[in-house]
Amino acid sequence: MLAHIIQTLPQVIVDGLTLGVVYAVVAIGYTMVYGILELINFAHGEIFMSGAFIGTTVLLILSSVGFLSSVPAILAFIIIIVIASIATGFLGMGIERVAYRPLRNAPKLITLITAIGVSFLLQDIVRFIAELKTGNYIVSAPSLFNEKIHLKTSSILPQFGDALFKSSFLVVLIVAIIMLIVLDFFVNRTKWGMAMRAVAQDRETASLMSINVNKVISVTFFVGSALGGATGVLFMVQYGSIDPYIGFILGIKAFTAAVLGGIGNIRGAMVGGLLIGLLEMFAAANLSTITHGAFGAEYKDIFAFAILIAVLIFKPEGLFGKAVVEKV
Amino acid sequence: MRKLVDLFSKNKKAQLLLFIVYVAVSSLSLILAQQSVVAFLLLLFSILLLYFLKLSTKAKWIIGLVIVAVLIPFSASQGQAYESYMDVATLVGIYCAMALGLNIVVGFAGLLDLGFIAFFAVGAYTYGIFASAQASKFLHFGHFPLSGESFWIFILIGGIVAAIFGILLGIPVLRVKGDYLAIVTLGFGEIIRIIFNNLDKPVNITNGSMGIASIAPPKIFGIVIANASQFYYVALAIFLVVVYIVTRLEHSKIGRAWKAIRDNEIAGQAMGIPLVKTKLIAFAIGASFSGMMGVVFAAKQTYIDATSFTLLESTTILVMVLLGGMGSVPGVILGAAVVTILNLQVLTEVSNWLNQLNTNGVISIPDALSPAKMQRFIFGLLLILFALYRPKGLIPAKNQKYDVNKLKKSTTKSVFVEPQVSNDKKASGGSEI
Repeated sequence: MLAHIIQTLPQVIVDGLTLGVVYAVVAIGYTMVYGILELINFAHGEIFMSGAFIGTTVLLILSSVGFLSSVPAILAFIIIIVIASIATGFLGMGIERVAYRPLRNAPKLITLITAIGVSFLLQDIVRFIAELKTGNYIVSAPSLFNEKIHLKTSSILPQFGDALFKSSFLVVLIVAIIMLIVLDFFVNRTKWGMAMRAVAQDRETASLMSINVNKVISVTFFVGSALGGATGVLFMVQYGSIDPYIGFILGIKAFTAAVLGGIGNIRGAMVGGLLIGLLEMFAAANLSTITHGAFGAEYKDIFAFAILIAVLIFKPEGLFGKAVVEKV
Repeated sequence: MRKLVDLFSKNKKAQLLLFIVYVAVSSLSLILAQQSVVAFLLLLFSILLLYFLKLSTKAKWIIGLVIVAVLIPFSASQGQAYESYMDVATLVGIYCAMALGLNIVVGFAGLLDLGFIAFFAVGAYTYGIFASAQASKFLHFGHFPLSGESFWIFILIGGIVAAIFGILLGIPVLRVKGDYLAIVTLGFGEIIRIIFNNLDKPVNITNGSMGIASIAPPKIFGIVIANASQFYYVALAIFLVVVYIVTRLEHSKIGRAWKAIRDNEIAGQAMGIPLVKTKLIAFAIGASFSGMMGVVFAAKQTYIDATSFTLLESTTILVMVLLGGMGSVPGVILGAAVVTILNLQVLTEVSNWLNQLNTNGVISIPDALSPAKMQRFIFGLLLILFALYRPKGLIPAKNQKYDVNKLKKSTTKSVFVEPQVSNDKKASGGSEI
């Protein structure tokens, strides 16, 4: 049993990292919005999904005009991800403007309800656009990066098996890491980032320091949603087929990652995402071996949830968060 | 025109007369035109009109019961569509009771529960497993399936099991900040569905994605309740019990504690309300209502599988509560009725009509836009619009008013047992239908 687990470990790590960076970037969107508005933005999973669909649309348009064959795949990919992230950025801003801003002083329950409404609305709008255009709401995108890469991990340690992955894995990993680094720089080093942190700490005092709070919140939504949309494109590139409901369960997992890392803490969300991704892939690969076939890989979704409950019981402030004292 | 309206709003007899004429016309039209869904809906609508009449609470209850228990079944029973009407009416009753359960959690206690259907599933499976041959697959003692008479006990058992699940889920979550509850319940709803869908191995408990079939229908005094028209009375009875419990709870000590922590947690805590305990009670009671209705649902459908318990269902019930008015018992009943009828009758009717137009070539509407598929769109839009523009719902909740002078005079105990209701028309607990 142990031998089997060790043998599959390299492959699990490769797959887990891919999934983990996706969770990490989506979790950042949750954590940023929560940090600044104390609102769980349920629609964030759907923004991720919209990003995947916008990316696919652009990809299909590009390939239909023959653009794809004339330029290197990486250039097409950059164009797609930029368009998708700008579009979803504005989508997120719009959602904030229409559905959340009028309710900023309303009870939190009402805002949560609009958030779930927005998420349903987006799911269905995407569903019927996709169904209208292609006849089926599950859309498969032509793959951009197809080369298989064979990682000879068995040469490092004889117990390891080899890991096999598509070159899209590298693209996803690199792009996600670039996004994480840029975001970290943006939040911690720039003026806008400072304004964001100030608003997150105390909205009223920040507004007294001549910070335009509404603008900062809009920018936060733009950045968070653009990251989410870009991750949607990464997901599409890596996994190929998308449907309007991918955002929902992925959103829950990403939120779990944000809670695990300490909600409101951006670096925490990154670590949380990676951990959850790795754990989920580990579970998917080994659950049936460990339990001798009693529980199959279909139970992998439960892991994120079990972690969420465990974190809430034992360390509600998360791995890197500070315990907050409620302001009266 | 205004004079006429004034006259009607003051004159009890004129109101009553008009109401009786309305009921008579709508039930007559239902008797004569059995296929007409509109007539059926108009007759149901009379209950809402009754709610707004200026009659005493008791009179309203009696008239309402007569309409619901006698007039509707009688007028619908004259034609082919009888069972389908009663089916809709039964489901309205079940969903009303469920929405009232969620109303305790969301409306009274202010906790957003997005996995409410999970408790419904727990109740449904509790009855489904033991009232079918399923239980004998993993239990090697006892004689299964249990007979339909056990249904009545299982209503309680289903409620208790669901409440236990609610408490187990609530303990970790309710200790931390409230907004986590939304996403944890969301996850829980999904997890329960996955587990029920896969629990056919290692031990076959739920029969996996095949679902549980041939569940015993309820039985009373040797009579098997199998048709929708008979089930209607079961649903009605349960619905009345639920309404009674909810209205009693609303004005009880715990009900007032729920509302206090909903409006301001910190202030409520300062007044000596145990926060976690109060929330847990709300969560558990809401869950138990859902579980009980799950038992009824399983007995009615005689077949359950995991696909009936998706997030869409949870959201549907949330829409019912929000549409009617959070915390308002009559509002939630209205909301549940409107959404259920919209879901079961109006959307399918409109879809059929559009399909007909399609086949006749009048207009062509792509299949993707068929209204029956647009539930998510409609419910999402309703949630946003109501949250933005009418957060208190169709019939806003009213707080019971206390007479200050009387409170001052009497000792505290007797005042709270019998609160003086100043708005005597609608505020008291009984006028919900």
